Amino acid sequence: MKLTKTLLASTALTVSAGAVAAQDMADSMTLVSWGGAYQRSQDEAYVKPYLEMHPDVSVSWDESSNEAVARLRAMNEAGNITWDLVDVVAADAIRLCDEGLAMEYDPEDLLAEGDDGTSAEDDFGDLIVSDCFIPQIVYSTTVGYRTDLVGDTAPTDICALFDLEAYPGKRALERRPINNMEWALYCDGVAKDEIYDVLETPEGQDRALAKLDSIKDETVWWSAGADTPQLLADGEVIMGSTYNGRLFSVIEEQDQPVGMLWDMQVFDLDGWIIPTGLSDESLARVKDFVMFATDTQRLADQAKYISYGPARQSSAPLVGEHAELGIEMAPHMPTDPANAENTLLYNYEFWADYRDDIDAKFQSWLAQ
Amino acid sequence: MSDATGPDKFDGPTPDNALRQANKTSGPMLAADGKPLKKSLSRALRRQKLRALMLIAPLLIFVLVSFIAPIADMLFRSVENQIVSDTMPRTTEVLGAWDGQDLPPEEAFEAAYYDLYIAAEQRIHTRLGSRLNYELTGASSLFRKSGRGLDDIGEVYQDQFEDLDENWDEPMPWIELMGDPDWLAEQQEWAADEEGRQPRFELREGIDEILPRSAAQYAIFADFTQRVEEDNLLEEEPWSAVHTALYQDLASGDVSSYSGPRADMLQAAAALVASPEFETVAFIDGFEEIDEDWIEPPIWRTIKLYSPNYTSGYFLNSIDMQLTPDGAEARPENEQIYMLLFKRTLFMSLVITLSCILLGYPVAYILSNLPMRTANLLMILVLLPFWTSLLVRTSAWKVMLQQQGVINDVLVWIGLVADEQRLTMINNQFGTIVAMTHILLPFMILPMYSVMSTIPPSYVRAAKSLGATNWTTFWRVYFPQSIPGIGAGSILVFILSIGYYITPEIVGGTTGTFISNRIAYHISSSLNWGLAAALGTILLAVVLLLYWAYDRIVGIDNVKLG
Repeated sequence: MKLTKTLLASTALTVSAGAVAAQDMADSMTLVSWGGAYQRSQDEAYVKPYLEMHPDVSVSWDESSNEAVARLRAMNEAGNITWDLVDVVAADAIRLCDEGLAMEYDPEDLLAEGDDGTSAEDDFGDLIVSDCFIPQIVYSTTVGYRTDLVGDTAPTDICALFDLEAYPGKRALERRPINNMEWALYCDGVAKDEIYDVLETPEGQDRALAKLDSIKDETVWWSAGADTPQLLADGEVIMGSTYNGRLFSVIEEQDQPVGMLWDMQVFDLDGWIIPTGLSDESLARVKDFVMFATDTQRLADQAKYISYGPARQSSAPLVGEHAELGIEMAPHMPTDPANAENTLLYNYEFWADYRDDIDAKFQSWLAQ
Repeated sequence: MSDATGPDKFDGPTPDNALRQANKTSGPMLAADGKPLKKSLSRALRRQKLRALMLIAPLLIFVLVSFIAPIADMLFRSVENQIVSDTMPRTTEVLGAWDGQDLPPEEAFEAAYYDLYIAAEQRIHTRLGSRLNYELTGASSLFRKSGRGLDDIGEVYQDQFEDLDENWDEPMPWIELMGDPDWLAEQQEWAADEEGRQPRFELREGIDEILPRSAAQYAIFADFTQRVEEDNLLEEEPWSAVHTALYQDLASGDVSSYSGPRADMLQAAAALVASPEFETVAFIDGFEEIDEDWIEPPIWRTIKLYSPNYTSGYFLNSIDMQLTPDGAEARPENEQIYMLLFKRTLFMSLVITLSCILLGYPVAYILSNLPMRTANLLMILVLLPFWTSLLVRTSAWKVMLQQQGVINDVLVWIGLVADEQRLTMINNQFGTIVAMTHILLPFMILPMYSVMSTIPPSYVRAAKSLGATNWTTFWRVYFPQSIPGIGAGSILVFILSIGYYITPEIVGGTTGTFISNRIAYHISSSLNWGLAAALGTILLAVVLLLYWAYDRIVGIDNVKLG
């Protein structure tokens, strides 16, 4: 599209002009993230080093990522954008991009080259799932279990979730269709690469719900990421799905009798979006920060503080030890080859289309 | 709340009565300054009213701006639906005449092509896609794809014209062809230093008769470039929709008589279009190329169905129905949820209110009958939960009620419950009712306490001295006087619990969630604010209806907060 080219060319001009005239950049930024350990990892890996280089800049955090979509829309309608850079999951980034609330960008322009010289676009590869999404980490939703409550044979595959005979007891699953429907179909005998084809049809959706029905009475449905670790720690459930970083913290940091499955972990992405409608100064500052915060070293640094995989391929070899525990982090990355033998990649396009529809059915099924 | 100051009930010298009196006398009664008394009195009254109004004005404005207006705006969203006709004005017009059977005519595809092309340039087509995706699964990616794919149609023509004459892909020839010469001179003057506002593009006289579609499309392109992109029009070659329009004009009209600027170029293009080698794409085929869903009726029916500026669709969705071409229909059973949630919300709110009354009444009674010092001390205990974070209190209930929690542990320890059969007391209705009763209890106790402490103890003593039993004294003398407190507390607790959502979200599991949890989901996750607004409006209407019913049955005069 010719227009896009001109647009990009003009953005490129703004960026290079901004780099020359540093005084045109705003000296404060509001970053939005999830709070907790994850935000701390970003603060340590990106923000503190950046502030050392730019002592006159101030950064404030807003822990509102879980309501970012609604808040951004409200801000946009009020015509007053107070956020400069927002951390969201990829599905939300797609929605924000569709709604025109997030800025489209050109990877070659905004993001630094990899350390090994690969272009930003190749370095991030398919992880740039939307024109607005700047990937940061790969995380996965997977299953943890109580090693002392599951009997002598610890579960090795995801279908243990549905096996009430071998593993009697309560399970914890997220209170939304995403991931659960895929696992249900997979354990009902659907081949992995056909899952979304089956899930597209009403029959497939019924089939997934029927499979989930078999464990419905034995399931606690969670809505916050902290729920499953708590339920596992209290022995309320014997196994449950949650984010791999949460399980890492339960197992390695809190030393609970919990084990985790990597089988059929569902890969998902988290990253930045730049809201539309920023002033030129703010935009220049944000672009400068993003260029720094998403380079190879910075993404690798983040893995020192949390067990999420860096989104750049070139960062993987640089992943080192945990900053406090001193354990090697690479084996705890969801992207580590040993862990990634059998994985499922969250299908963004599918869920953007089917989320409303399947969610209605799922909630209706839950409420029965 | 009786109308004790009403004019009919007082014979004294009230202002109203004075006015009436003044009316009765034959001549106008004059005040000291010679003006009719009636006039000066009403002026004085008006001034008084104005002053009173001025005093409450800050509050009134604050309430209007920060409360009434946002709510009205939110409620308005439940019917608002301008996005479809705003984004696809031509398409909705063409579809107005379509019968909804089979496929719409080729004009609809043509209109959709131009509408979506502009929308895609403005990047608003995906917004429409997500709006329609609430009604038709798949619309979201269909529109996203179409934004990228529409160029393929126009490029067929753009490439051919460009191959014929490179000028067709240059800005200036187009401007000479389309633009008014006077405007062009002004634009060139502006372009010298790009200071100030760009002179708005004007079409050359007569061009819209020779090339109607191209002129219209070029004007849209020029407007977009100048106003939205703020680029110099002299340097921008038009987008491919203009080339498509040019092809259509040349194919259907005759330009041989045209003799204005760039006549050769135009006539050569006309000859090319007339020649058999010229490659064309029917719009319908172009759309089929983008996605086969475009040549299925459902997407067109959905667009047609939602083309009016106002829709009942959101309200129908929120009572488990849906808008179809044949009118409203019930949703398939496995998608129904809202009516169930409304009923559950009302039922559970009632249960919570009742348990608050049962638990709160004795507490309020004791408090109001204790000496002041002790009562104040105990009152702090009642208020203490108020000062604790809602999340902390709710999470505390989790620790208490869960299967490995305190209560179950105690029950197992004293042997009332077997270890394998621990009670499920959380993540269900029971958990929600317990936690919310605890959280809302102060709202019940406080009004009850303040009403009960105004009941004179002498009444009870009098009843007893006249020979009434304890029960009769309580039931016939004390209880009726405490009803206003129960009424006030019940209204508070009921209305608060109907809109509660954090506690049900945390401890409600699947059977204990409220309608407000779905509203929150649609506000913050699915971004379907229209549906959220419709659900909220219904909830508001239900509350008002119940309030009205309460007023009719119990009487709102019978409510006292102190």
